[in-house]
Amino acid sequence: MSALDLIAFATTALAGHRLRSALSLLGVAIGVAAVVLLTALGEAARAYVVGQFEALGTNLLIVIPGRTETSGGLPGVGKPPHDLTLGDAEALRRGIAQARHVVPVVIGTERVAHQGRQRDAIIVGTTHEFLAVRRLGVGIGGFLPPLEQRRSLPVVVLGSKLAAELFPGQNPLGRIVRIGGWRMRTIGVLVPRGVQLGLNLDEIALVPVGTGMRMFDRTSLFRILIELGAHTELEAARERARAIIRERHGEEDVTCLSQDAVLGAFSSILGALTAALAGIALVSLSVAGIGIMNVMLVSVSERTAEIGLLKALGARRRQVLAAFLAEAVLLALAGGVLGLLAAAGAGQAVSWYVPALQIRPPAWAVAAALGLSVGAGALFGLLPALRAVRLDPVAALARAGG
Amino acid sequence: MIELEEVWRTYRLGGEPIHALAGISERIEAGEHVAIMGPSGSGKSTLLHVLGCLDRPTAGSYRLDGQDVTQLEDDALAELRGHRIGFVFQAYHLVARLSAEANVELPMVFLGVPRGERRRRAAAALEAVGLLDRRRHRPAELSGGQRQRVAIARATVMRPRLLLADEPTGNLDSAAGAQVLDLLDQLHAEGITLVVVTHDPEVARRAGRVLVLRDGRVAARLAGSELGGLERALGRGKPGP
Repeated sequence: MSALDLIAFATTALAGHRLRSALSLLGVAIGVAAVVLLTALGEAARAYVVGQFEALGTNLLIVIPGRTETSGGLPGVGKPPHDLTLGDAEALRRGIAQARHVVPVVIGTERVAHQGRQRDAIIVGTTHEFLAVRRLGVGIGGFLPPLEQRRSLPVVVLGSKLAAELFPGQNPLGRIVRIGGWRMRTIGVLVPRGVQLGLNLDEIALVPVGTGMRMFDRTSLFRILIELGAHTELEAARERARAIIRERHGEEDVTCLSQDAVLGAFSSILGALTAALAGIALVSLSVAGIGIMNVMLVSVSERTAEIGLLKALGARRRQVLAAFLAEAVLLALAGGVLGLLAAAGAGQAVSWYVPALQIRPPAWAVAAALGLSVGAGALFGLLPALRAVRLDPVAALARAGG
Repeated sequence: MIELEEVWRTYRLGGEPIHALAGISERIEAGEHVAIMGPSGSGKSTLLHVLGCLDRPTAGSYRLDGQDVTQLEDDALAELRGHRIGFVFQAYHLVARLSAEANVELPMVFLGVPRGERRRRAAAALEAVGLLDRRRHRPAELSGGQRQRVAIARATVMRPRLLLADEPTGNLDSAAGAQVLDLLDQLHAEGITLVVVTHDPEVARRAGRVLVLRDGRVAARLAGSELGGLERALGRGKPGP
């Protein structure tokens, strides 16, 4: 008996009970669509978050004042960490050969006002290199000029939304805004970039780092960003940065974060989420498998006489098994293909409405869903098929048949 | 050639042994036409199933063409049924969803006959039973007599040497039944060994030999032509129709 004959025979059997076949096929389709869609959704969420990080570059080293290790003793009793200063930033720039950019950052919240319009905004004090490191773009005007870092200059670059709110319908270039007690000249507006790592870049105001430190009366930087030429230089640069700080502060009282660590954590959390979604989807697929089993059991008991006949005609045990298994697998496979099509359609729809979530079912999920549906067909078809094989032909034929 | 020696077939029904066949020894030569008669429960059908290798004797030996088939594996028996034995049933047992042609092809599908060859042989077999023009019809679109002729085409398409028929005319009116019986006679004339289980003396009369079963044993052996003695053998004491 050739595979083609087997498929043809199974197909006529399925066509013999169309509604029942269609319903269990639908069950498999829903199960498969659920597997593919939910894993794709999880993957899309992961891709979105990873994309957020990668927009910043994976070869970024972030130096934060304070240690991550817990020191002994009572809380609050430990020595406060040294300030992370502009001098430290300068030392890092000179000391780390691999560094492409070293960017000091100071952050505060201040009221930004122009002619009665005002709002609270996050003020970022930094240098001209911030533009490159955070992958920002300037819409109109220019960015912060290269300055000797300690120098203060009353200029500001506004986020696009902030600019639009302070200067509705006007060109903000050259205009004076009031930030706290400071009068600052607007020299540029950023292109819209949206939220990046929880910071809405469209609503910030950028000022020179020296101005920022004075504005907030800070002696310590918020952090220092170090962008390296390549990802592979990260570890060497981290060691070098620690050594430099140790030398300057007398102890290692900073934390050097890389995107890798954060990215890895997020990625594994979202990976777990995807796995959980896939697990839920698998439940629906196994329910579909039980649906197949039900249909096949009904099919076997309905076709008892036929099975007896096949045996009388010389069908071997293996062939009877294969005939009924093929039926279950065909059902599952057809359901699987239908489910994939449905998932592709639904994915397109989601991506259409939420462009940030690009639903592209991962290849492994598609393969796994198809494989699982076929596997479920075979697994849940096995019991009914074995029942058919074990039927006593004499008893089977004794049932009235066509 | 069929040789049965002390064949028993015992069922257990609620712990009680029921002897459907109780020590049958019989020899049926190749090319014979034998009818098996007897009251309900006498073991006719069981005997036919044993002859057809669908059922195994509980004890005794059954040799088909010199081969002891009681020792064979299931698959070997399937092979035997496929190639050497044809079955015709009272209820036809055609597959309702398949056309007449596909029904006739069915045994060849499972025995691995190539597609083209299958078409040719199915057409020839349907032609032989006079139903070539109905080959696309489903069983539901055929009369009872036509269905049974399709079943005969299916039973003979593998050119078996032994044809077993269980009440082949039981569901048919006399005209359709006569047509089916003529067909069986013709197959017998072509050399097939024919064993027919029947209640109907008209059917048995065509056989060369009639075995009358009673309580799982052969109660009488008659020539087809001496069916006058049949009613006595059956113990009915009733004149024939």
